[in-house]
Amino acid sequence: MHDAVIAPGGEDLTVDVRNLTRVEGEGSLHLRVRGGAVESAQLEIFEAPRYFERLVVGRSMDEVIDIVARICGICPVAYQMTAVHAAESAFDIEVDPATVALRRLLYCGEWIESHALHIYLLHLPDLLGYPSALDLAQHERPTVEGGLRLKRAGNAIVARIGGRAIHPVSVRVGGFSRVIRRDEITSLRADLAEAMDLAEATVDLVGSLEPPAFRRDGRLVALRAPDTYPMNHGRIVSNDGLDLAVSDWESMFEERQVAWSHALQAHGRDGRPYLLGPSSRVTLDADQLHPRASAALTRIGLADAIAHEPNWSIAARAVELVHAVAQAIDIVDAYEPPAKGSVPWLPRAGTAAWATEAPRGLLFQRFGLDADGRVMEARIVPPTSQNQAAIEADLALFAPTILDRPHEEITHLLEQLIRSYDPCISCATHFLDLKVEDLP
Amino acid sequence: MPAVPGPRQALRSRPRIGVVKFASCDGCQLTLLDLEDDLLAIADRVDIVEFAEATSTRSSGPFDILFVEGSVSTPEQAEEIVRLRAATTTLVTIGACATAGGIQALRNWADHDAIRSLVYPQPGYVESLATSTPIADHVAVDAELRGCPISPEQLREFVTAVLAGRRANLPDEAVCAECKRRGVVCVAVAGGVTCLGPVTRSGCGALCPAFGRGCYGCFGPKEAANGPGLATWLGRDRTSADVARAFALFDAWSPPFRGVIDAAGGPPGPIDRAIPKERSDA
Repeated sequence: MHDAVIAPGGEDLTVDVRNLTRVEGEGSLHLRVRGGAVESAQLEIFEAPRYFERLVVGRSMDEVIDIVARICGICPVAYQMTAVHAAESAFDIEVDPATVALRRLLYCGEWIESHALHIYLLHLPDLLGYPSALDLAQHERPTVEGGLRLKRAGNAIVARIGGRAIHPVSVRVGGFSRVIRRDEITSLRADLAEAMDLAEATVDLVGSLEPPAFRRDGRLVALRAPDTYPMNHGRIVSNDGLDLAVSDWESMFEERQVAWSHALQAHGRDGRPYLLGPSSRVTLDADQLHPRASAALTRIGLADAIAHEPNWSIAARAVELVHAVAQAIDIVDAYEPPAKGSVPWLPRAGTAAWATEAPRGLLFQRFGLDADGRVMEARIVPPTSQNQAAIEADLALFAPTILDRPHEEITHLLEQLIRSYDPCISCATHFLDLKVEDLP
Repeated sequence: MPAVPGPRQALRSRPRIGVVKFASCDGCQLTLLDLEDDLLAIADRVDIVEFAEATSTRSSGPFDILFVEGSVSTPEQAEEIVRLRAATTTLVTIGACATAGGIQALRNWADHDAIRSLVYPQPGYVESLATSTPIADHVAVDAELRGCPISPEQLREFVTAVLAGRRANLPDEAVCAECKRRGVVCVAVAGGVTCLGPVTRSGCGALCPAFGRGCYGCFGPKEAANGPGLATWLGRDRTSADVARAFALFDAWSPPFRGVIDAAGGPPGPIDRAIPKERSDA
């Protein structure tokens, strides 16, 4: 039962969905319509603040890796990867090529786990008309079981390399806490072979869906790397010509506090919102997809829909599932362990700034470090706080097209649109040392 | 509070289960969904009536079993947990946030207004308590699952035990015992690494030592943990500040760990932190 109130008054309307479900964390939607026009669409994030930017002050970057993982139980690897790359860029550390491959494999594991979770447990029930995957399983059990096996394959990768599926422990500045042996990695192979079939089947299942129609032209932002589909490294690019180093994020984007949210909102410095995540990556980096993922995208013929229709993000996620599984298999097959778990390094003063592609999109972190390599100040910008403004802008565009529907249906369609962005509200709620104050 | 009680009374044939969260990362409730192989089988035996992350079907109670993730850190949460307790037969806290206050409890040593102002240009928009505290500081807790995050094996054991009407087998021993059983060479004695294994409750399978690093205490203190004793031993070749920083993580606010941190003048951090004098005035 939703605590949803729709108060019609001529063409004036207020829609409140007080507790969004099947999203990670706690948030609400507040939409105000006057005279048939949307006056405001606010995604309210009331997840309790935890002040991570202050909690990491005084800590070494190895401690930071352990601490920032706790921002999000769904994508801890994304936080660890961004922090470790930031540290290694600041300390000028070159890691072993096997470490590079293992980290990518670890990240593939998280993408698989997170995308399978969102597709099968959070989003698919909407598109098939069920309140949850558990209800869906009453009618289509093999579908849900397949999704859970896919999710398990992703978790198994993270657990094999990092010790456990959530908040793994082995990522260290300079490499890993110990050598990850070849037999540990090759034992993943059988499950990944099954996961490949399941991921391909997911693409076909998703391709047969009919999500609600809503088309718009938005600004899409993602990393882009010369040699590979973006994950651990790249430059920040957009569909309107942006191209900058990851460490320069703050030169083009800024955060603002709004009264209705515990998460700061990011905008372009030109004031325009932008969208991160699977749809942006598939659109801006399609040529870098693994051949099997590229073939899957061609097969369902949804590249244009992914670029312009937020409700089709599930297709982008499915294509990325194929990509992540295929790439994981390639890495597993080629893996040769390094002689040592990590390379030696020395701390120094400076700025550690990096961005990687979390499952939900670009994640930026910057740490000011003293001569002992301890954090003096920090900024962490999760993908959901960057997507918030774009989600609100899309809601304001979409709402007028459905206002003639019954109230319950309006609420459901708006909630469904929000879920399609896979917002991670736990991530977004923990805050940044803000420089700019720009309130309406 | 007994660490591992059985259910208070016989359960109805299909127990009503709820999963709720307070200040947390969602990782412990995600562990429930991570029981991939058993999730649907469990769902066949119970009614999951409240689990906002997983289902749009909602309930405000009553609950036969309520799993509570997260710490109490806002005024609304302090009220909500009292209401939930009244609607619940067996209340189970899951994870370091719910059982010990979590990493966010480091703010309990700090000047909260100063932190909030440093993070937000308009601190008045942000509703937040000065402290992050465990659920047991607010209401009676019937059982707890430790860890940051909780162990899937312990969660499976707990659910199985509840459904079978028996007591869950959740051992309270030091991580050191698991290390010995796994045959892991002691990272503290042989490697000189800072390790909280001697004072930390098992359940992880000696995860960190098996990965070549010291235990960072994420399952919190074991029964009768000797925090000062370990701190003295570690302090032979470390500063008290470096000893304190090892304890000042996910279970920092649990009393045996808190004592070590207090003795060192607080957790590492800037001047908006580590001001126990002001705290004692508050």
